[in-house]
This record gives sequence, structure tokens and C-alpha cells, in this order.
Amino acid sequence: MMHTWHFSEMAYHPAWEHLNDSYRVIIPSRLYDPKVGADLYHRYLDEWALCDELGINIMTNEHHATATCADSVCTIPMAILARETKKVRLLALGMPIANRENPIRVAEEYSMLDVISRGRIEMGFVKGVPFEISPANSNPADLMERFWEAHDLILKAMTSHDGPFSWEGTHFHYRSVNIWPRPYQQPHPPVWMPVGSQGSASEAAARGITIGVLNTGWARTPGIFDAYRKTAADTGHAGTHDKLAYMALIGVGRTREEGWRRADQILDYSRTSGIVAPQFANPPGYVAPAMAAQAIKGSGGTTARATRLQTRDGKPINPRTVGVEDAIGAGLVFAGTPDDVWDQLKSFYDHVGGFGHLLMMGQGGHISHEDTVDNLTLFSKEVLPRMVELG
Amino acid sequence: MERIDIGETSIEALIAGEGRPLLFLHGVDYFAQHKPFLDRLARQFRVIAPRHPGFGASPRPAWMRGVGDLAYLYLDLMERLALDDVLLVGASFGGWLALEMGIRSTARLGQLVLIDSLGLKFGGRDEVEIADIVALSADEAVQRAFADPAKAPDYSVADDASVEEVARDREAAVLYGWRPYMHNPSLRHWLHRLRLPNLVVWGERDRIVAPSYGAHLTQMLPSARFFPIADAGHYPQIEQPEKVADAIGTFARETTR
Repeated sequence: MMHTWHFSEMAYHPAWEHLNDSYRVIIPSRLYDPKVGADLYHRYLDEWALCDELGINIMTNEHHATATCADSVCTIPMAILARETKKVRLLALGMPIANRENPIRVAEEYSMLDVISRGRIEMGFVKGVPFEISPANSNPADLMERFWEAHDLILKAMTSHDGPFSWEGTHFHYRSVNIWPRPYQQPHPPVWMPVGSQGSASEAAARGITIGVLNTGWARTPGIFDAYRKTAADTGHAGTHDKLAYMALIGVGRTREEGWRRADQILDYSRTSGIVAPQFANPPGYVAPAMAAQAIKGSGGTTARATRLQTRDGKPINPRTVGVEDAIGAGLVFAGTPDDVWDQLKSFYDHVGGFGHLLMMGQGGHISHEDTVDNLTLFSKEVLPRMVELG
Repeated sequence: MERIDIGETSIEALIAGEGRPLLFLHGVDYFAQHKPFLDRLARQFRVIAPRHPGFGASPRPAWMRGVGDLAYLYLDLMERLALDDVLLVGASFGGWLALEMGIRSTARLGQLVLIDSLGLKFGGRDEVEIADIVALSADEAVQRAFADPAKAPDYSVADDASVEEVARDREAAVLYGWRPYMHNPSLRHWLHRLRLPNLVVWGERDRIVAPSYGAHLTQMLPSARFFPIADAGHYPQIEQPEKVADAIGTFARETTR
């Protein structure tokens, strides 16, 4: 059966009305009222905690210096929920390991979470969007090299149980790696990474890593999933549905109108997420020179994933103005009555050749707590039971 | 452009003129715009202007990621080409490189010229001395780098291949100079080793790294003179190629050992 994961960026949307050309990196934190922020954190955590009763798994992520996502440490909500929940699985998609100075600390955080949750952790490793470079002061020119070295070191640290080992790599240096606790799941919690291209899907497939795609929609998802399946087959890994995850914004209502209204509010995520000054979207070295050259020629072109929305037939969609109808057509949103949502999901599932995880953005933008609770509850009662057919 | 095989790489180099060897080390950006300056220098000197590994079409060995590596590479290059009494000229990032070479060995150097050089930290830990070019909009970067922004190239109309080289330039500069940003914290403590005539040239309207930084550097060198260039920003050799080339020529004549 297909698994569903509820995802929220814990946005601090009250600041949005004060922002113009950038929602990220350079925005002053005086726009953040910690009293309002505290209420929002508790509200988002309540919505995740409810998922334990609803049978919906939990997904967190992290971003930095932004009002679009106030979850700046993805393992903090995971830590709270590891004890507040008892049944569902907890995914961080994820940890920006090329931007973290200390992979050993990452291994410790995930291992400790895995033990406290009694083996319910799924650990995502992310490259991170380009606008994470500045807040992390992370060198963009050798980012992926650092990513894979950190990945290898974290897994070795989690799976070595006979005392210290030494790591003298290119980017990370430790004379004595010996983490306690070791993870609950053996040999280690499942590894995920988000991908945005066929090339990175193949890199993940060759290592048996579960992939999650977002904003790739009807037009780009089939190619990415096909590339994953092909490389998995070529390299002796499982290319099964449970290795593939798709993120959609989901609005369920008692009427089509109510579902669409909820989806429209959640879509404020897509409308704001990519708003960033061009220089932060294109740090030198983040993409290959040929692609970077196009951004230099345009003096403002962006490589940000969030802005690459496409219609069903591959035409660009303006993310700042995207509406529900177009987003449903593009496979980015599933919305309406439970029947509508099921039909859209099933049709998308068939179109991309199947997948095993639905990453459901059930909260985003300005949608209220009451609407979010009703959205998740309706999904759980009316759509989730039908998903045994899938996966 | 010619090629020089050196170390584990084969770098592009512009070589022109005859006479005393002049090794020019370029900065972050605008390599293509240096031609008038280098042509004028080539009237008096044998000019060798390599494109650093990772920049333009010069390959970079994967292990080569420090400014110290580049310093040793160019010390090797002088040895390899049997260059003596070299007039070493470094601009911006290339100035940092020239300083790193000089503190290691001045054996093959006659004089050192630094143009709007990076590489040093003088101020407090929360004081920005070198503008964070990665965090500037394309327009602001040009405004800060040029006294007359019209002298900056318009990449929107340039051909793809040349802009791809620019993208490689910026990527390589970031790779070498990311953190600490465009400087070596201990470099200032070795400047006493630069016991040769030094000329510090600075664009008066440089807003990437201010003339006061150049004046500070001048004071810290054992024997240096400061030469400000009017109507020029971070790239005086592009905005005022004749003035800068002639100042270098005069300095070389007056201080030859």
C-alpha cells in the first residue's frame, strides 16, 4: 500500500506582507515576533501529532534565514514528535549534509532519534537549494563532493560497532569516530534524498536510496522515475515503488469548492517559496558552467527548483500567480472532494508508472489550523483507505 | 592563447612581447578585458599571463584547492621557464596569489606590483573589508567594481562559450577563496618577507576593496609605494590600462636592483 506523509514547512507567514523581492537570506528577523512564532510552532506540532491518530506519517524539512520555513533544524520537531507519537514513521527530507560542518553530529542526532522513536526514523539527506549556501557559508563549488563524503561517513559511523575508526577524507577529518547510541534499525534507518533531475535520480538509484521529487508534476516526473528504475535495474538495486516518493499539495473538502479553497491557501507555499534575489539563486559553482552561463547572460535567471513548474504539456507556469485549476492540471495539486482527490491521485499514479510514497503538503501558506485538521482528517478517512490499491 | 604544461595540469597563457619577464596573475573576473593593458605592457616586457587552474579553459587537478597550491604552481612555473628577475604583477585575487608566492620565495623576483589586491584581513572580526561579491546583485557588483560601469562587458549579448568561461572563472574563484573569504588570516604576519621593491596600485573608486585597505597594505610591506589611479574602480588595469601599464614601467625602471 502507498504510504502518506504529512509535510509542513512551518512557515512564518505573518511576515510575508512585509516582504517584496526576497523572502529569504537577507530579511531582517525583527519581522519575526517570537510570541506569534511560538503559537505557530505549537500549532504545526499539534497538526503533526494528530497524524499519529490518522495513520499519516510525518515529514519535516529545514531552511534557513527565511519566512517561508521557520523549521531551521529539522531534527527538533522530529525529537518532539519521537515521543509525542507512537505509531507513525518520521521522515526528515531532510538534513543538508553538505552544509553541516559535522557529519558525526548528524549521525548522532539521527541515531538518538531512531532509538527514542523505537526505530521509526527515515533519514533524508539533501543537497539544499542554492539560497541555503549563504546562510550556511557553504562552498558551492564542491558541494556535491562534500555531500557524498558526508553521506559515506554518516553511514559508516552508524554501522561500525567495534570501537573507533579513523576518517581522513577530503572534507572531513576525524581520528576517532565512535558514535553512541547506535541506531535502533539495522543496519541503519532508510536513506532518502530529494532529486530534481534524471541524473541525480540515477545517482540515488545506484546507491539504493529512496528518492522524493517535488514540483516536478505531470511533465517531469515520469522521466525521473524511469531513470531511477533503469539505473536500479542496471546496478542490482530494487527499483520498486517503495523507493519512489512524490510530493503534491493536497486540499480535501466536503465540497469541491472547499477542497479547492484549501488547496489555494496551501499554494501560497509555491507562490512564495522561490522569491529570492537572483544572486542567491545562482551562487557560482552550484550548477555546471553551461547552466550558470545562462543565468549570467540573463543576469537574473534562476536555477531554483521551486520556480520550474510546468503545465501538463511542458510549458512554464509562473509560480507567483499559479492557480488551483492549473496546478491540478500540472499534477502539482490534488484537490476537491475525496473522490476528486482520489481520481487525480490515481490518474497521476498510472501516468508515472506508480510510486510508493505520497508526500502530502497538507499545510502550507495561510491555511488555518481548523482547515488543516479537517483536511488531514478527511484525507485519512476518505482517501487513505483506498490507497491499499496502490503501491 | 598558448598552453603551458605545469605540475599535473596544462594551463592557458597569454604570452607576448620581449624583454624582462613580467608574470601577470589575474583576478576573479574580466580576463578577456585585460588585452589593452597586457598589450601595452608587452611593448616593454615579455608578458606571461596564465589563466589559473579551474578558470577559463585551464583544467584544475581535483586536489588543487588552496591558494598555497597556486603559489607553488607559479613558483614552479618560473623555474620551469627559467625566468629570473621577474616583475610579478597580481591584481585582485591574483594579488593575493602574488603575496603568497612572495612570502614563500623572492629568489626569482625583481619587483612586486599589487593592483587592488585581496588576501589580507586588517580590521575587526565583524568588519567587512572585501565586499561579498557573491551576495551582490549583478548590477551592484558592476557598480562597485567600476568607476564607469559602462566599461563592464555586457554578458547578455556575449556568445555562450565566452560566458561559460566567465562562469568557470567565478566558480574557481569561489572554490579557492570561499572561507575565510578571499584572505589568509596569517598572511599579514609574513609580509616582512617581501624584501623587494613593492608597488601598490589602487583604483580610487574601488568599492570592492577600498583604497584605505591598499594604503594599509603599503604600510605593512617593507618597502612599498602607493599609487592611486583616478577614475578607476577594482580593475584600474581595465579602466585605465595606459596609466597602470606606464606606472608599472616607471616603477620597474626606477627600482631595478
